[in-house]
Amino acid sequence: MSILALERLEVRHGLLSAVRDLDLELAEGETLALVGANGAGKSSLLRTIAGAHRPASGKVIYEGRDISRVSGHKRVPMGIALVPEGRRLFPSLTVEENLLVAGRNGRQGPWNVDAVIDAFPMLRERRRSRAQNLSGGEQQATAIGRALMTNPRLLLLDEVSLGLAPVAVEDVYRSLRQVIAGGTTVILVEQDLARALDVATRVVCMLEGRAVLAAAAKDVTREIVTDAYFGTPQAGGARP
Amino acid sequence: MTWVNAVIQGILLGGLYALFGCGLSLMFGVMRIVNLAHGDLALLGAFLTLSISTGLGVSPFVALLIVLPLMGVVGYVLQRGILERALRRGGELAPLLATFGLAIVIGNGLLEIYSPDTRSLDAGALETSSWRITDQIAIPVLSFLIFIVAILVLGGLELFLKRTPLGQAMRATADDAETAELVGIDARAVYAYATAIAVSTAALAGVAFAMRSTFDPTIGPARLIFGFEAVVIGGIGSLWGTLLGGVALGVAQTVGAEIDPSWSILAGHFLFLAVLAFRGGFFALREVRA
Repeated sequence: MSILALERLEVRHGLLSAVRDLDLELAEGETLALVGANGAGKSSLLRTIAGAHRPASGKVIYEGRDISRVSGHKRVPMGIALVPEGRRLFPSLTVEENLLVAGRNGRQGPWNVDAVIDAFPMLRERRRSRAQNLSGGEQQATAIGRALMTNPRLLLLDEVSLGLAPVAVEDVYRSLRQVIAGGTTVILVEQDLARALDVATRVVCMLEGRAVLAAAAKDVTREIVTDAYFGTPQAGGARP
Repeated sequence: MTWVNAVIQGILLGGLYALFGCGLSLMFGVMRIVNLAHGDLALLGAFLTLSISTGLGVSPFVALLIVLPLMGVVGYVLQRGILERALRRGGELAPLLATFGLAIVIGNGLLEIYSPDTRSLDAGALETSSWRITDQIAIPVLSFLIFIVAILVLGGLELFLKRTPLGQAMRATADDAETAELVGIDARAVYAYATAIAVSTAALAGVAFAMRSTFDPTIGPARLIFGFEAVVIGGIGSLWGTLLGGVALGVAQTVGAEIDPSWSILAGHFLFLAVLAFRGGFFALREVRA
């Protein structure tokens, strides 16, 4: 059985359609890379799956149940967690508090504060620092750790490497591979195509709200994705 | 020596203002709601205490044991029933108007039920006893008690917000309600608990005021103003700042009264305006950094 199925999903921001008529099915343990230009509807899609945004029509089916009308905070104990774009930590809370407020509402599982700190050793020293005083990499680690604290079955990651130093991106992806190896289903929005193809089992490319390409990661080349990304066959690489 | 006495009385009075202010501070801090009904809710608490203590023939202190939880429920229902809907419309105006309307409804409701007669809550021997330090300095026991209660309430709230799961969820929701939902916090429930606590502390402040002096159904808005001034002078969002702001306001009023009795309230307002003009609150810097 698929863990997540989207049926004819339509997401709007006012009059603007962010996601149009999207169908998608995801099996447990898969890692899906969602690529596409800015404004293609990737973030809107993730936010709709997480419950931060209500779909205009269509269905979000999770573990066989239609959750389109279930509010966001009730999806966390079901096992859905989003690492939002821009990290969105609670700035006045310490790293530990950021982790704990999430952990209390999640499922039972292996992740707790110590496990997160083992996965992101850079947080060990910063445990009692306020989130607003962290570096970008530390913030991103905390944001991912916060999502992991809920022991998700489905982890949604929105632009986790954006604005990070290359070495910090490396750290983030090392931990991410651990999570994927642990059997968590992941949907990943990533601008760095090489990285996305490296960890993903499947790729979906979005263009103006529609899925224009869906394929197994091993079957696509950079050129195929690039063509889908821009909507026209053309030479040259994707934007970094 | 009369100046020293004025300052001492001002500090003690400041505790009461801080008690009025902490609920306002909490509601603004967590939900960005400016609760214009705060003074009238405080008054409602005082009248309820009056009714229960005369009805059951018990002391107002005993009546408080019923009134505080009851007003907590009032706050919870108020948030879930009215303010939540106002917040959903977005913007700051709808909740502001809702609380403004509520203030009028409560004020006039009390006038209807209790008549405009001036009342007082009988705190027994506490009302008149005081510790005499020197010939000119005496510390009234009741004022001192209220000051201690204010410190306990503010300190308790601070601890609650720092240490308890609900308190941490409240701070997270205050930082970013949408993201709080994404980590499984029911933001609307958190809001309702915050309002419950705020309305409870308002009732406590109302009862403290009613024991200190006389009250009638029209004094709500004036209490609101002093509570607000305490919050703003201390710097919005800081509970200890609210205590400091309350004390500063109290001292300004009693020292002003020492200069000329008609200056009492005016001196407090001047301090408020001066703080607004020059600093934006004692603890405002912390807020800007956040």
